[in-house]
Amino acid sequence: MRSSTSYNLWLIAPAALMVGLFFLYPLFFSLYSAITTDEGGLTLAHLEKAFELYSNDILFTIIIVLASVVLLAILSISIAALITLSPFRSIVSLLGFIYRIPLFIPFIVTAQMMRTFLAKNGLMNNAFIASGMLTPLETVSFLGWSGIIIVFVWKQLAFCTLLITGAMAALDESQIRAARNLGASRIRILFQIMLPQITPTIGVAMILSTVTIMSVLSVPLMIGTGTPTMMATDMAFRINSYGDYHVANALGLVSYLICAGLAWFYLHQSLKEKGAI
Amino acid sequence: MVNSIKYQTPLLRTFLLNKMRTSFWIQCIFILLLAFALFGPITNLLIWTVAETWYFPHALPSEWGFKYWHQVFNPYSDVSGSLMTSIFIAVLTVIVCLLVSVPAGYALSKRSMPFRAFWMLLFLIPQAFPNLTVYINIARIFYDFGLNGTLLGVVLVHSVHGLMFSVWISVAAFSSTDPMLERASRNLGAGPVYTFFHIILPQAMPGIIASCIFVFLESLDEFTGTFFVGAPDITTLPLLLYTASMEGNYQIASITALILLIPSIGFMIIINKFMKPEMLSKIGK
Repeated sequence: MRSSTSYNLWLIAPAALMVGLFFLYPLFFSLYSAITTDEGGLTLAHLEKAFELYSNDILFTIIIVLASVVLLAILSISIAALITLSPFRSIVSLLGFIYRIPLFIPFIVTAQMMRTFLAKNGLMNNAFIASGMLTPLETVSFLGWSGIIIVFVWKQLAFCTLLITGAMAALDESQIRAARNLGASRIRILFQIMLPQITPTIGVAMILSTVTIMSVLSVPLMIGTGTPTMMATDMAFRINSYGDYHVANALGLVSYLICAGLAWFYLHQSLKEKGAI
Repeated sequence: MVNSIKYQTPLLRTFLLNKMRTSFWIQCIFILLLAFALFGPITNLLIWTVAETWYFPHALPSEWGFKYWHQVFNPYSDVSGSLMTSIFIAVLTVIVCLLVSVPAGYALSKRSMPFRAFWMLLFLIPQAFPNLTVYINIARIFYDFGLNGTLLGVVLVHSVHGLMFSVWISVAAFSSTDPMLERASRNLGAGPVYTFFHIILPQAMPGIIASCIFVFLESLDEFTGTFFVGAPDITTLPLLLYTASMEGNYQIASITALILLIPSIGFMIIINKFMKPEMLSKIGK
């Protein structure tokens, strides 16, 4: 038994070593670099500098992430609820096909699509003008904060809906049937029976989306124009223009903290609901 | 719902039918809006690939044609070169991921594996942190080893990123194999290596192919890691798309985007065939 265990450990070793060397090591290195000087002493100077230079961008990033996540939650729960509860099967199968489309479209392709679609003279505004809803003078460019949110929601919607629909489908059907027989409306079934049971999945979907949103560089570079901008752009700028790893890593540390903060909030809420706190 | 309506009084029945009709139309409008929101940008991309001139205030291009397609598929163009680099990197990434994740997936599919949850989490970590900061630091470390701007450097970065897919899906694939067949093979005198390659691996093959497809697509579409580790020496399709788009060359950027979409959509169909529901249910277990 002992020999087979160590044999299995050898099988995992190469993959684990790769994650360790090429992910964990740079990760710890970034944390270390964010809070130490070149000589190796502890310092908060890099974090202070990051806040001094980029506090607007940090706030902007938090707002973008929160707005995207809230929109994602509302839209993906609506679509999932429609798929699970709608009595019209033809609508459901059509919806089930449509919402998955962005799942396999890369972020950079999405950014390029939106860059031309949302521009002041892009197809979206052109369509509004052609339909008479807007005049050419009234059009506005969505490239900026609203464009960034639109891209993130557009791209992540399929992933979140897939997770939430899966969780809804896995619920005990007899409960829903019982509620229906007792005369509960579909809306009431959704809010009082289904949503409370799938909160963990919704939380996971939103946290994973937050991590994704914080990691994407192409979208703020291609859609965001002007200032403020997202932290990802600032990090790339610090590295490419100044080679300033300390401040870039300090911003990285802030981005970890934002994700960790959201994860903490979620865990805290779910523990509170269970009566643990 | 329809059945229950049959047994109601006539007045109530009319009311319920009307209510159903209204909700039907509301749902139709919702789907229509969603379809517009999803297909609008895609249509826009497709139009840009065949637009030769498209200036404000024209709602649609004033000249259509394939001029830019000829430019893209010219053997000396940047696009065909980057396409080759992208595919080469993606194939190498799949090979590296396969080499490390097939043994790891097999070992982790055994429930008796000590600290199994810890190992599974370890492979999840690259997806659980915002990885932009990590890429910056990998680039710095690679620079010291002379790996920056090399194919090997880019392949390593892509492999770590794809490892979560390949390990987790491999574990699920090996978990769905029949342990009795393995035991029977060993009882009949076959060695562990022979059993693995002739009995276990063929059963897990559909899942492993699916994991390869995921890794291939991830590598093909990866931008941030390549941006820091590969640029400017290695140009993959996403990097080229980015440069073309920032230079305002929307036709080239859109055609490149379309080329990136083709494998994604093609593989989505293949994955639907390979990914069996019973194997999907084993993911993460």
